[in-house]
Amino acid sequence: MATYKVKIWRQSGPNANGHMERHIVKGIDGDMSFLEMLDHLNEDLEEQGKEPVAFDHDCREGICGACSLVINGQAHGPETTTTCQLHMRSFEEHNVSEIDIEPFRATAFPIIKDCVVDRSGFDRVIQSGGFVSVNTGNAPDANANAIPKPEADTAFDAAACIGCGACVAACKNASAMLFVSAKVSHLAHLPQGDAERRERVHSMVNTMDKEGFGSCTNYGECEAACPKSISTDNIATLNREFIRSKVGPTT
Amino acid sequence: MKLDAKIPEGPIQDKWANHKMAMKLVNPANKRKYKVIIIGSGLAGASAAATMGELGYNVDCFCFQDSPRRAHSIAAQGGINAAKNYPGDGDSIYRLFYDTVKGGDFRSREANVYRLAEISNQIIDHCVAQGVPFAREYGGLLANRSFGGAQVSRTFYARGQTGQQLLIGAYQALSRQIAAGTVQMHTRSEMLDVVVDDNTAKGVIVRNLVTGQIESHAADAVVLATGGYGNVFYLSTNAMGCNVTAAYRAYKKGAGFANPCYTQIHPTCIPVSGEHQSKLTLMSESLRNDGRVWVPKELGDKRKPDEIPENERDYYLERKYPSFGNLAPRDIASRSAKEVCDEGRGVGNTGLGVYLDFRDAISRLGEDTISARYGNLFDMYERITAENPYQNPMRIYPAVHYTMGGLWVDYNLMSTIQGLYVIGEANFSDHGANRLGASALMQGLADGYFVLPQTIADYLASLGSDHQRTPIEDQAFVDAEEAVKSQVNTLLNINGRRTVDSFHKELGRIMWENCGMSRTKSGLETAIEEIPRLRQEFWNDVKVNGTADNLNMSLEKAGRVADFLEFGELMCRDALAREESAGGHFRAEHQTSEGEALRNDDDFCHAAVWEYTADDEAPVRHREELDFENIKLATRSYK
Repeated sequence: MATYKVKIWRQSGPNANGHMERHIVKGIDGDMSFLEMLDHLNEDLEEQGKEPVAFDHDCREGICGACSLVINGQAHGPETTTTCQLHMRSFEEHNVSEIDIEPFRATAFPIIKDCVVDRSGFDRVIQSGGFVSVNTGNAPDANANAIPKPEADTAFDAAACIGCGACVAACKNASAMLFVSAKVSHLAHLPQGDAERRERVHSMVNTMDKEGFGSCTNYGECEAACPKSISTDNIATLNREFIRSKVGPTT
Repeated sequence: MKLDAKIPEGPIQDKWANHKMAMKLVNPANKRKYKVIIIGSGLAGASAAATMGELGYNVDCFCFQDSPRRAHSIAAQGGINAAKNYPGDGDSIYRLFYDTVKGGDFRSREANVYRLAEISNQIIDHCVAQGVPFAREYGGLLANRSFGGAQVSRTFYARGQTGQQLLIGAYQALSRQIAAGTVQMHTRSEMLDVVVDDNTAKGVIVRNLVTGQIESHAADAVVLATGGYGNVFYLSTNAMGCNVTAAYRAYKKGAGFANPCYTQIHPTCIPVSGEHQSKLTLMSESLRNDGRVWVPKELGDKRKPDEIPENERDYYLERKYPSFGNLAPRDIASRSAKEVCDEGRGVGNTGLGVYLDFRDAISRLGEDTISARYGNLFDMYERITAENPYQNPMRIYPAVHYTMGGLWVDYNLMSTIQGLYVIGEANFSDHGANRLGASALMQGLADGYFVLPQTIADYLASLGSDHQRTPIEDQAFVDAEEAVKSQVNTLLNINGRRTVDSFHKELGRIMWENCGMSRTKSGLETAIEEIPRLRQEFWNDVKVNGTADNLNMSLEKAGRVADFLEFGELMCRDALAREESAGGHFRAEHQTSEGEALRNDDDFCHAAVWEYTADDEAPVRHREELDFENIKLATRSYK
C-alpha cells in the first residue's frame, strides 16, 4: 500500500478562480485504477463533509472518452491509454509519489467545475459534416460495395477515435486537427463517404476554427498523447482532402 | 392494470408487414407539429432520435453524459447478429428467430422476436451505408464470426469495438439532425420524473446537471431509451452512470415493470481484484471462439497453469456440452464457472476464477492471427491485470452485465402508460430470460431505427387534429416539478454520517449474495427484509455534500442509489415469486439432477408485470401469458 502527495485543480464554477489543492492519499494498492485512487480521495473528502473533486468518467473501460485529466503534465498520464485504464502500479514501479492533476486545458474546452471541462465543441464539429447523409431505410444491400480490406482497415484505424480531447490538451496550440482529421479520414477512405467529401472537409475545418481550436504546427504531441494511437497521417489526409476540395476535379 | 400485447393477427412472418399496413400515418406536413421527447442517446435513443428527426418530427433528446457519443452502448465489444446468411452456412430469419427464442429459455414474446430477426438484415445495410467500418474479408466483403448459442456464423463485428462503431454511426446520424434543427440535444441533463395525467405521458422533469435547474418539458409522446439496471449490484460491467432512475420513476407513475429478476451474468469478465474495485470489465464473448475454458481437475491445485498437464485439466464446457462446447450460452457458461469454483477448483488468489486459454489456438493459428482477432482485448486484459494473455491463460469470472427485464411494452413498444414508449435494454420484450451474445446491439438498433418510428406514428395520428399539447403550466407539471425539487432538498439536508457509495456497496452485496447467479427462497426473503432496513438508514443517515445549484455529482449519485434501494427489493420479490429456473434466473430449488435449470411451463410461461401501489405497500404481480405457436416449448439443450 502506497501513499501519494496529490495536488489537484479545484475551481467552484466556470467563472471562479481556480487553484491547486494538496492532499495526502493513503492506502493505495498498485492494482487500483487511477480513478479508483480519486474515488478513494473523494470518499475521504465526503466523510469530512467536504465537496468531492468533480471529474468526468463513465465507462471506465477506455472506450467512452469521458475521462480527461492531465496527470503530471501529460494528458491521460504517463502511458498510452485513457486515464480510467491507467493503474497505480504505473506510479509505484517508477517510484513516483507526487501527482499533479489538472483538467484538459484549452480555450475551446472551458472549465465547468474542478477537472470537468466542456468539450461540446467536438460535437459541433461533427454536426457540421462528420456524417454520411443517408436516411434510415434507403440503404442498398450491405455487400453491394466491396471495400478492399486495406482501405477498410485504414478507415477503421481513424474511426477508433474516442473523442476524449487529449490531442487538444496535449497540443501547445490547443489544435483539434487530430480529432477532425480522424473523422475526415475515416469517411474519405470509404465509398459511402465519397459523395460529400468536399463539403465535409470544408465545413468541419471552418467549424473547428470557429470553436477556437488552434492551428496545427506539426508538433506531433497529439499522436503521442492519443490513447487510441490515432496517427498524424490522418492530418496529412485532411490537408490533402482540403486542398483537393479546392483545386481537384469535381467528380 | 390491463396488459394487451396487441400482437397482430396472421402468420408470424406476415405480422409486421400487416401491422405496418394497418397503422395510421402522419402526413409529412403534420409531422413537425408533434414533439417527441427521447431520453437517452445510446444505440436505441440516438437511432430513434435521428430517424424521427429525418422523418420530420420535432425531437428533444436528453442524455446525462457530456455528449451523446458516450452512452454505454459504446462499450459493447463482440458484434451484432443478422440473418444475412453471407457465409452460406444455413442461416435464415427463422433460424435467428428460433435461436433467440430458445436462447431466451422460452420466456420472450414470439412476435417481437420474429420482427427483430426480420429487421436484423436492414440494420446491417443501414450501418454500412453510414460508413460503419465492419470487419471485411480480403475480397472486400463483410466478415462474420460465430457467437454463443448459435451454430451458424451470423455475427458482424468491428474488431472488439462493434458497439463503439455502431454508436458513432448513430451519433453521426443524430448530429446531422441536430444541425438540421429537427433534434434539440440536451446534454448533461437527467430525467427525474415523467409527467403523467390521465394515464397518458405529457412530458418530463429534467435536472440540468450543470446549473442544477429543474426544468419541465412537454411533449406529445415520451420515449425512454435509458438502458439497463445492472448497477443495482454496485459492481457490474455497466458504466458508472448507468441507472434505473428513469425507468423506475416511470414505474412509480404507472408503467408496469416486467421480469425485473432476469439479469444476465456474463461468463467472461476480469475477476474482482480487491475492495477498492469500482467496476468490472468484460472480455468479449467472441474470445470463446478460440479460447478454451478450463480449471484443474484436482481441488485446490495451486500449480501454475503451464505446470498442469493436459490430462489433469477439466475443459468442463467441452465435457458437459459437446455440441456447443465453449460457445454454450452465457447463463449456462456462467453457472458452470460458479459450480467449479464452489467445488474449490477455482483459480487465482481468490479462487473465484477459471482459465480462458488461447494456447491451442495460438499454436494452431499463430500469435499474429490471434492478435488480429482480439488484439485490443488482450491489451486491455494485460493493462488491468499486468499479466500477458499470450503467455498465460486469462483468468475470468462471471459478472453482472445486462438486464433482460425492463418496463413492459406491447408490440408497438408502448408501456402501460399511453404515449410512453420504451426501447432498447430498458424494455423487456425480446430476450426472455437470457440474451444471446450480439443480440443487444441488434435490438437497440431495431427498436430505434425501424420499429419505434413506425409505431409511434400510429399513436400520434390517433391523437386527432384538434390535439393540444399539455402546457408546462398545467398542475401535473407543477406537482411533478415540486416533488423532484423536494427530493433534491431532502437529500441535501439529511446531513448524516454515511456516504452514498457506502450504501450502494452494501446494497450491491445484498443483491449479489441473494439475487445473483443462484437464488434461494430463504436468501431472497432475507434480502427483502434487509433492503428496506438499508433504505431507511439511507434516508436517515446519508451524507450528500455541496449544493443543488451547480454540478454536484454526489447529489446525482444519491438520487440514483435511492431508486436502486427500492428497485432492488422489487427484483427480489420477482425472483421469489418465480418458482422455476429459466435462463439467467436460477432458483436452486428448481434444477435437474444434473444441475441444469428446470423450467415450470405449467405455472410460469408468462411475463410477470409489477404494478406500483404505494411506498409502504407490496406491488401487485400481473401476468402476460406467453403463447408459443411457432416454436414448441422444449427443454433447452446444448449438449
